[in-house]
Amino acid sequence: MSTDAPLLDVRGLVQEFEVRAQGGVKSGIVQAVSDVSFTLAKGETLGLVGETGSGKSTLARAILQAPRPKAGEVLFEGTDLVKLRGRELLRARRQMQMVFQDPFGSLDPKWSVTRIVEEPLIAFRTAARGERRRQVNEALDRVGLDPARYADRRPRSLSGGQAQRVAIARALALDPALIIYDEAVSSLDVLIRAQVLNLLERLRAEMSLTYLFIAHDLALVKQVSDRVAVMYLGKLVEIGPAESLYREPLHPYTVALLASIPNPDPTAPRAPVTNTIRGEPPSPIDPPSGCRFRTRCPRAQDVCASEEPPLRKLADGHLAACHFPVGGRESNQTAPALAGGAPHDAAASDRHA
Amino acid sequence: MSGALLEVTDLRVDFRGGGQVLRAVDQLTYSVRRGQTVAVIGESGSGKTVSSRAIMGLLPPTAKVTGSIRFDDVEMVGLAEKTMRSHRGRGVAMVFQDPTRSLNPTMRIGGQIREAIQTHEKTPRATAHDRALELLELVRLPAAKERLEQYPHQLSGGMRQRVMIAIALAASPKLLIADEATTALDVTTQAQIMELLRDLQQRLGMALIMISHDLGLAASFADEVVVMYAGRAVERAPTQMLFAHVRMPYTRALLDAIPRLENASHAPLAAVPGQPPNLALREPGCPFTPRCPSATDQCRQHMPAFEEHEPEHMWACWHPCEEGVAR
Repeated sequence: MSTDAPLLDVRGLVQEFEVRAQGGVKSGIVQAVSDVSFTLAKGETLGLVGETGSGKSTLARAILQAPRPKAGEVLFEGTDLVKLRGRELLRARRQMQMVFQDPFGSLDPKWSVTRIVEEPLIAFRTAARGERRRQVNEALDRVGLDPARYADRRPRSLSGGQAQRVAIARALALDPALIIYDEAVSSLDVLIRAQVLNLLERLRAEMSLTYLFIAHDLALVKQVSDRVAVMYLGKLVEIGPAESLYREPLHPYTVALLASIPNPDPTAPRAPVTNTIRGEPPSPIDPPSGCRFRTRCPRAQDVCASEEPPLRKLADGHLAACHFPVGGRESNQTAPALAGGAPHDAAASDRHA
Repeated sequence: MSGALLEVTDLRVDFRGGGQVLRAVDQLTYSVRRGQTVAVIGESGSGKTVSSRAIMGLLPPTAKVTGSIRFDDVEMVGLAEKTMRSHRGRGVAMVFQDPTRSLNPTMRIGGQIREAIQTHEKTPRATAHDRALELLELVRLPAAKERLEQYPHQLSGGMRQRVMIAIALAASPKLLIADEATTALDVTTQAQIMELLRDLQQRLGMALIMISHDLGLAASFADEVVVMYAGRAVERAPTQMLFAHVRMPYTRALLDAIPRLENASHAPLAAVPGQPPNLALREPGCPFTPRCPSATDQCRQHMPAFEEHEPEHMWACWHPCEEGVAR
């Protein structure tokens, strides 16, 4: 991590979509991303967790200006991408690549591996053909695919793990500064997923890359991240260093996410998850007033419905948007005890003793 | 042994096609007692889903099933489709991964549950309706009464999976097979559905087979775990024993590859190289050999038998992990 200006500085980002009922009548607005701000330092990995509909993928696309956000700024190396047009935007985008969940859906089935990885080089007219081929081979080597064996293969003759390596090679071809992984390892089998995660870590170190790593699995995200951000219904509810977010979660939603992870230790004590969260997320078309999590939150009070809690700093580099954060830091507020307790409350109080 | 509800012995499933035979399940042996929860764990292509479909009699005609599947003392392999039908639902029911594709999008929830009830027993419409409501309340679907009149698209993924469970329970099965039933759901919803399944299983005295890729889920919810690789069972033990004394290097590899919250950020995961074998090329020896850190020539040439090496603990390995082998 560096202390210089951040590589990416997202300020007050808003993305909304109109929903139309039959006949094209406007029936509502999906508030997919609501006023999200964060920074990403050069060489850092920020993990972004949230469930379906939390807006994490929409946020990633809004950063890349595809489509452009409704409001807010996206400063990349100090330049606001929202204000860039045409060629200038293209030039900036070259620095940012994305890898998606389903490699077979994002690789052209008729193209050879070489052509797939070469395409961005052609699109940006980086070099002559011979030089491009050398770059393709280098990218394939980096992701652990022997060019001699894989260059002429088509996606259908690859396994899921190999296809995802090709997608990663394509993202690396232009030597980007930032790579956004959107559930990029989520559909892989456990052993292959571990291989690809280790590959991502090696690439980050070798090529001094910056990652935005999006996934729904908090344990997976923590494995690769320096900091972790948690989204719920379009809002950033908590952001902080990976270690402290896991040891001392502040937002009740983060506590529920942590409690939901099946522990591969059958002797570990386990409180029912229904103590930490109820039901399912409401619609983002008409989100709850005040705190959007309050309808599922065991700590919710009247104030949670009337006032939206701002994202505020509660520990070193650790912010949460909650009137009654977990861990009892707000001694003037009397929060009801969370039945079953936060999974890591004991560790939290130890550290603060 | 008394109390065995399901006994799978030497099950083999071959698929023929394209001039080759693909052995999806081979020499699979395990049993499920009444009321017990057994997790069958494996990756894509391990044979976990194919073997459970064999129990349901849901395999296509291209599949050749041999061996024995005894359910409630009745042999299922080779049973006529007509007899199989009454076995499905009343004996064994199944919940699949994708509730959206398992439900009829053009039919109200209530109608779909009533259909399941009336298929198994001639029931007057009003009685079936009441029973449908009871089932939705049993699976704790909020606002159950209104849901009966709704269509699947009006429900969230978690609610649809609750409806699927209600349909599966319609004929009070003795065994429920949940095939990756929570994989497509969000984490917090997954945890709620798993808790519901466990609760129902205890209340109704049903046996449960959880088919999953997730050893963490097995640790949290199963009494016994069967680990499959390349169509075979490679390790099987009561859950606590298995996790305390992992013997099969493949199980060890699976456990070590799961990212854990206790791990430090950026700590490399212990990852075994390579990929699962091609099931059409049946080579001698243990199928995990090319990826196994303890493999020797013996492993390449001879298939280790799947045997009970310690009381209740079975594995198939020439070089099982020793106690306390570093993770």
